[in-house]
Amino acid sequence: MYYLFDGTYLGFLCCVFESFERKETNIIPITHEDHQIDMFKDRRTVVTDNPKARRVQRGLQVRIGKAEATDFYRVFLSEDRKAWQASFFILCQIFTGRKDIRQHYGNDHVLYFSQVLKKVSRERHRMKAFIRFSKSADGLFFALVEPDFNVLPLISDFFQKRYADMPWLIYDMKRKYGLLFDTHQVGEVRLSPEETQDSTAPAVAIAMDERDELFQHLWKQYYTSTNIEARKNMKLHLQHVPRRYWKYLVEKK
Amino acid sequence: MQRIEEKLKILADAAKYDVSCSSSGSTRKNKGGIGDASASGICHTYTEDGRCVSLLKILLTNHCIYDCAFCVSRKSNDVKRAAFTVEEVVDLTMNFYRRNYIEGLFLSSGIFKDADFTMERMLRIVKKLRQEERYNGYIHLKTIPGASEELVKEAGLYVDRMSINLELPTEAGLRLVAPEKNHDAVKKPLTFVNEQIKSFKEEKKLIKHTPIFVPAGQSTQMVIGATPENDFEIMQVANDFYKNYNLKRVYYSGYIPINNGNALLPQIGSAPPLVRENRLYQTDWLLRFYGFQLDEILNPQHIHLDLDIDPKLSWALRNPHFFPVDVNTADFNAIIRIPGIGRQSALKIVQARKFGRLHAYQLQKMGIAYNRAKYFLHCADSPFILGHPSMEHVRGAILSENNRKNRQQIAPGQLTLF
Repeated sequence: MYYLFDGTYLGFLCCVFESFERKETNIIPITHEDHQIDMFKDRRTVVTDNPKARRVQRGLQVRIGKAEATDFYRVFLSEDRKAWQASFFILCQIFTGRKDIRQHYGNDHVLYFSQVLKKVSRERHRMKAFIRFSKSADGLFFALVEPDFNVLPLISDFFQKRYADMPWLIYDMKRKYGLLFDTHQVGEVRLSPEETQDSTAPAVAIAMDERDELFQHLWKQYYTSTNIEARKNMKLHLQHVPRRYWKYLVEKK
Repeated sequence: MQRIEEKLKILADAAKYDVSCSSSGSTRKNKGGIGDASASGICHTYTEDGRCVSLLKILLTNHCIYDCAFCVSRKSNDVKRAAFTVEEVVDLTMNFYRRNYIEGLFLSSGIFKDADFTMERMLRIVKKLRQEERYNGYIHLKTIPGASEELVKEAGLYVDRMSINLELPTEAGLRLVAPEKNHDAVKKPLTFVNEQIKSFKEEKKLIKHTPIFVPAGQSTQMVIGATPENDFEIMQVANDFYKNYNLKRVYYSGYIPINNGNALLPQIGSAPPLVRENRLYQTDWLLRFYGFQLDEILNPQHIHLDLDIDPKLSWALRNPHFFPVDVNTADFNAIIRIPGIGRQSALKIVQARKFGRLHAYQLQKMGIAYNRAKYFLHCADSPFILGHPSMEHVRGAILSENNRKNRQQIAPGQLTLF
């Protein structure tokens, strides 16, 4: 049976709640926007109810601990429907008493869950590494990214701690939202519809800090100088810095 | 070209043969300024040689009073010389760091005037970063051999990692190409910093506000393939240094010919010993994370690592009595000795087998190198074989499998004669 929810993590947790309350099994969680649905299967719309979601979250934390409970949030951010289903399967197992199900790597759902978790964590780590800030004339450090998964919520804390004394903005071009830090707290920002229309020519309006170009140039110089020609190994290079990230990397542009 | 750009070009180029790149292991927090250390370390980009760029790796200057034949900055070499000012290094570091280009600073230097003069100048940069810029990011500082203990101790209070290079694996090799240097000058500061780290840790147990001292520990580096040491000698030295000085890392740097001035060294045009370097790192990992003892891998009978196959496989082929290992019953420590199974997979196996005996298809899905491992393991659906396959045959089968996948050029072997 399909459970249709609003695409938020809280909504996802509500699906778990709903399936236990109604004693329904074989659930496939999908969002309202998903169109590739089997016409002949039953479906049910699940309304997101924060208290219910929090009960599931707390129950999960009690059973497997806080750290492991966040793994489910991470896998959810992969936006991968198959991973959602694996996640759903594991959650149901945990709530029916199989707390150690995550170790059952011989099971396809469990293995897939751990593989997606690894992918999301890798993407999160890559964003910590590959984000390149430019400094605007008014002192804002901004960066554009297009991560494979929706990992901005996972790196917010890292950047907040590290760059605590400067305002910064990290904008996800794919998902059309960003994180803005004003030196006190991080907030989510979205471009208004008018601004989105202007996006055919983005960044032209932003005046850059006068020394920003110099440092971009120096960074490229350093990147070239620190390479050892005699050890050239493009296969390894591409493995570490896949081409899809080059667009936003100063040294690879 | 601006002067700063030229300096960066010269001094980054001169520093790049130092392979140490890690930015991990420090616990430094952001205390009301900018920056912190990431425990796992972060590689911000990779150069076309596939090496990671984590730190801004530069020399303070490439002027040097020494004339070590293997070094690009040696006195007699005809290269452009340059020196950064304290302000320039600080400005570059801060601006690169704020743009998230780097994880921190790696500062080394040629020795000008004398050791203390050089060390003092480097210390000034580090202090300015920490005190004036309120910078809490990673700093890796080279200890200058012969610098006074007061300076080394003071530097240790500001940096995350210190290192000092052995340069060549043995004293005999060092005498050949760098007669002005010796290993004692390296061992002394390593011992001193190691003892300081220990005493600061002891003190921290009693007094909470004890400052942190070189939180990411010490490392060293050896040049491989410049002088005729064999792999056994190299790994013996590495093993001793890990044990006696609590080093976090020993780096092996394949020698890249930079001049034809010294007839003892490999000449320009000879390929760097990349495969050999890789085998040494694999051995290093086996010793540190896989519970191997050095004499299992290298000993007076086997003084060279096999370039065609990795050291774990090589060990396995010499010890057929250890196999097959039954992954459904064996100890974790036995499973990680199977060629083609790493620590992560071994951990998965040990956890997953609680839910039922594991079959080959499950092991394959978990991501082990099954084509290599299959000769050494036993699982639920392994066919019953009478006797053992000959290890010669196994070696041949694995090699032909590898060759089919990627025919790679194997670099010329290590030097055996002077």
